[in-house]
Amino acid sequence: MVIKTEPIILNIGPAHPSTHGVFRMRTTLDGEVIVEMEPIFGYLHRSIEKLAEERTYTGFIPLTDRLDYLAAMSNNLAYCLTVEKLAGIPVPERAEYIRVIIAELQRIASHLIAVGAFLQDCGAFMTPFLYMIREREKILDLFEMVSGQRLTYNYMRFGGLSQDIPDEFLPALRKFVDQMPSYIDEYDQLLAENEILLARTKGIGILSRETALNTSASGPVLRASGVEWDIRHADPYSIYPRFEFKIPTGMVGDCYDRYWIRIQEMRQSVRIIKQAMKQLPPGPVRSTVPWLIHPPVGEAYAHVEAPKGELGFYLVSDNSIAPYRCHIRGPSLINLTALRDMVVGWKIADAIVIFGSIDICMGEVDR
Amino acid sequence: MKFEHYGIGIAKGLTVTLRHLFRHPVTVQYPDQRLHTSRRIRGNELVWNEEKCTGCATCAQVCHIGAINIVTSPSRATNTYTVEKYEVDTGYCIMCGLCVEACPFKALYMGYDYERAKYRSGDLVQTKEMMMTTPEKHISGYFYPELATRLPMQTLLLEKVKEEE
Repeated sequence: MVIKTEPIILNIGPAHPSTHGVFRMRTTLDGEVIVEMEPIFGYLHRSIEKLAEERTYTGFIPLTDRLDYLAAMSNNLAYCLTVEKLAGIPVPERAEYIRVIIAELQRIASHLIAVGAFLQDCGAFMTPFLYMIREREKILDLFEMVSGQRLTYNYMRFGGLSQDIPDEFLPALRKFVDQMPSYIDEYDQLLAENEILLARTKGIGILSRETALNTSASGPVLRASGVEWDIRHADPYSIYPRFEFKIPTGMVGDCYDRYWIRIQEMRQSVRIIKQAMKQLPPGPVRSTVPWLIHPPVGEAYAHVEAPKGELGFYLVSDNSIAPYRCHIRGPSLINLTALRDMVVGWKIADAIVIFGSIDICMGEVDR
Repeated sequence: MKFEHYGIGIAKGLTVTLRHLFRHPVTVQYPDQRLHTSRRIRGNELVWNEEKCTGCATCAQVCHIGAINIVTSPSRATNTYTVEKYEVDTGYCIMCGLCVEACPFKALYMGYDYERAKYRSGDLVQTKEMMMTTPEKHISGYFYPELATRLPMQTLLLEKVKEEE
């Protein structure tokens, strides 16, 4: 006897615990298999791009914290680099080094959350997540020490940083980078050979190299598909050419590769921080920049390798105190467009895992 | 998919969990036990120095939220401005600290204390009298490193956690 099945529509979200924010997946199911998926977002829209047009250039820095709130320092860095490019502001040497240290610490913190939340989506209820939160807490302590805030740092300024690092920062950072590799080894021991994790992620949600390139995905999602593309290497900004690090790439492009890449990138980030600490020069951390800047008429685009991928700011100036147009190229939104290609053909439970492996932050998707 | 050594990976993971049992706890019971915050904390209040303030309103200009409300009147005799009204609506304020950095006369500071929740949104407005420096009010070292040295050192989780030998 043949069972006749009919496709049904199931809404996952917008307030589902595994959707990392207010995101809705309208899935068409045939039994348990997804035949069609439509991502629906926009629930968290705050019109940040428009707000930039009615603020001064400096006044927009605190709002960039609220884009990808798990990696606020990277957003600060990207915006400041864009304005510095637009207005031609020099940055002191010491500030560049501290920026690199801070950005790499932020990458570790964001990847810890990404991996932890991904494992939680796989069904490991809370244990790995809390292990990773513990290490992230140490990074947040360091950020609190330099900037005074734990989530919305507002630390970088045009032409440097808001203030120099305190004296107790470097000993604490040294302690952290000494500890961190052993903790990453611990995660490997906990997870890398775990049969349940392998069964849930190996070969699931494969994103082919061609699809990844066509959707212009970036960050760990792209590198897991085997494309060696990292803006720190491909289009170096700040002082990244001075450091030695590897770009881990995956072979298959499945969920396990995306998880594995994040673990490897944390090791590379620790490596970069160690090199930057050795070379850290003394000197000023902020060049003299007026509060109201009038960049010359023109446009600028600068991008950084944020933890989630390529984060770019596009600014158009009309020689006034506020940008004429500000566009933000958020990695989460672009990576999310590859989701449909990954989940179609898999079951609902796999869709949750695949969605978790992309590592999106809804604050950046909707802006 | 096939596994040769089924169960080894889970057992390995469990050893990590077991080791965790003998670790020092990293959490504290918050309202009873408190950690020292950062010396540069941007607490939920602003501290204002009346003597140093000239009423130039740079802070209100820099504030991109529009939370600072300042009214001044010129006095011809002394050639200065008198600050008649100085109000900060901490309900709107996002504690970005830009006003403190912009103040050219070092008259504005961030507060060190936190927990400033109120029952009514109108109570969140800080008036001139509430913002003045008093002996029991702590000033944060944000943007003023010389003030930070008076404050207790920040408790770091990094130092709280004893590494297993």
